[in-house]
Amino acid sequence: MNPKKDSRQVSILVVDDELSVRDSMTKWFVEDGYQADSAADATEALKKLKPGLWDIIFLDIKLPGMDGMELQQRIKAIDPNATIIMITAYASVDTAVKSLKEGAYDYVTKPVDPDYLSHMVANVVKQKRLLSENIQLREQIQELYEIDQIVGKNPAMLKVFDLIETVAPTDTTVMIKGESGTGKELIARAIHSKSSRRFFPIITVNCGGLTEGLTESEFFGHEKGAFTGALYRRKGKFEMADGGTIFLDEVGNIGAKAQTDLLRVIETKQFTRVGGDEFIKVDFRLICATNRDLELAVKEGTFREDLYYRLNVFSISIPPLRERRSDIPLLCNYFLKKLADSINKSITGFSSEAMEKLEAYHWPGNVRELRNAVERAIVVAKESCIGVSDLPIPPCPEGIPDDQSLEAMEKVHIKSILEQMGWNITRTAEVLGIDRATLYKKIEKYGLRK
Amino acid sequence: MRIYILPIEFTDKNLLSSLLAALRDAFGLPVMILNRSFSLEGGRDPIRNQYNSTWILSRILEIAPDEDCKILGVAAVDLYVPVLTYVFGEAQLTGKAAVVSTYRLRDELYGLPKNPEKLKERLEKEAIHELGHTFGIIHCREPECIMYSTTYAEEIDFKSKNFCRVCSALLEENKKKS
Ligand SMILES: [Zn+2]
Ligand SMILES: [Zn+2]
Repeated sequence: MNPKKDSRQVSILVVDDELSVRDSMTKWFVEDGYQADSAADATEALKKLKPGLWDIIFLDIKLPGMDGMELQQRIKAIDPNATIIMITAYASVDTAVKSLKEGAYDYVTKPVDPDYLSHMVANVVKQKRLLSENIQLREQIQELYEIDQIVGKNPAMLKVFDLIETVAPTDTTVMIKGESGTGKELIARAIHSKSSRRFFPIITVNCGGLTEGLTESEFFGHEKGAFTGALYRRKGKFEMADGGTIFLDEVGNIGAKAQTDLLRVIETKQFTRVGGDEFIKVDFRLICATNRDLELAVKEGTFREDLYYRLNVFSISIPPLRERRSDIPLLCNYFLKKLADSINKSITGFSSEAMEKLEAYHWPGNVRELRNAVERAIVVAKESCIGVSDLPIPPCPEGIPDDQSLEAMEKVHIKSILEQMGWNITRTAEVLGIDRATLYKKIEKYGLRK
Repeated sequence: MRIYILPIEFTDKNLLSSLLAALRDAFGLPVMILNRSFSLEGGRDPIRNQYNSTWILSRILEIAPDEDCKILGVAAVDLYVPVLTYVFGEAQLTGKAAVVSTYRLRDELYGLPKNPEKLKERLEKEAIHELGHTFGIIHCREPECIMYSTTYAEEIDFKSKNFCRVCSALLEENKKKS
């Protein structure tokens, strides 16, 4: 019996002539909650193929009859959306690399590390989900424009939308300046989705969460064995963004070495992976965002001037909400209408005291915070009109605990880095600059959990 | 229904007796040590210098007593299945046999000081996990659930020894069936 726990089960087909490989892989995937089946050769595989039936296909490069490379072409013709991962022996890595150029997602060498395999499959699944989330994104961007239509009177925001329209179809590097919560990533995505690169990915790197050591491998990837803990070859974000857009959020936070690396890749459009010597050419459009005053950082000597000019070719500044308070009532009513419908509550408006309070607050988290505040108020409101008591008491700035002791701050910081690193202990320890044993002790001490 | 622990070239009596108690608690079934001679030699891959866990499962089935039971082999050698570099253990999904090894659960393998208490905990968790598979339970997305899939040793420390609500319901259902 095979109990199903996930209604949207991912399906995996393993094509390999070795029985033990087929058996151990399908068993591993079934235990992991995927739907899995196998085929011993090309004929059997083609029989089992139907458009949309398999999400992921593992394909042995060497098959009797028709080889994996040829079968890859046939599969692509039948089901272009299936993600193909080649299975190879050490001897045929060259062929595997060729298969990547033909559109395979990645390859694994036998025997494969179980941790690597499960992360790879999880990543594919995540990407597939992202694809369907693109539809959701379109709605979000739509929302951004709807807000614009309602709040169209505000000249500063009107200018932002004008600038997006102007710069999107060009390939110009864009710098987005604004506080957190002003929707910088949304604007980067809007630019990407209105450019000719929209059919290629937009890859986001949050530079705020990276240490000097980690930035290089995050940007450019690394070869197996490049440093302690580099157990596998990994693609960097620039490589993943090939053909599309790379969005560097909080770019002002990168260190001196990363600044030099970044300048070089902007100028040459090529790089080498950490621990490798092969030059990889990439075609990308660069969009950056920062909430730091980079001009000041240049004057202080912490940010390279030449890089700053490279990044600041076309800049878009988003004003903080407190500088356009006249928009607050319009935004509140917009969110109320939009959110009350989806929560299925008939709420007609705000009391005048509530609106006064909303207008007076300084909104450090900007539009995002305002949206959340309205949403919460709708949920808790008992009358048809939102009153002062329904509004969340202005919360303390994001993530900073009331308890300002060093220990409390350490706990919050460790938790946030763990989350950014997807609870990868090795990388988190690296970012924090402590060894893994110390990190474990701290996780235990603070009772942190996934 | 009962559970047998089959030591496979495994000599640490203390670990075995604490494991026995842990399994009794986790499954609510009688647990016994099964003393049979079991040579690992036929399961060794000389090139990889590792032991094929699928081969061990088939050997366990050959010597299984003919009754309604689950058998957990406990070894101390490095286990693998052909396509993977290593495994902590393996089990037949909805079957009779499971195997775990302490080899990769030891902190000293990762350059850390010996930690017998941690080893005991990890062995108990991996044993419950693999036996869970024999009761037909697949991996769970609840990070604290014992059926959460873990691929490196420290990850095991994060999950509890317990089945989550869904998994324990599945366990009870499947205990009734067999
Ligand atoms: Zn498992
Ligand atoms: Zn569970």
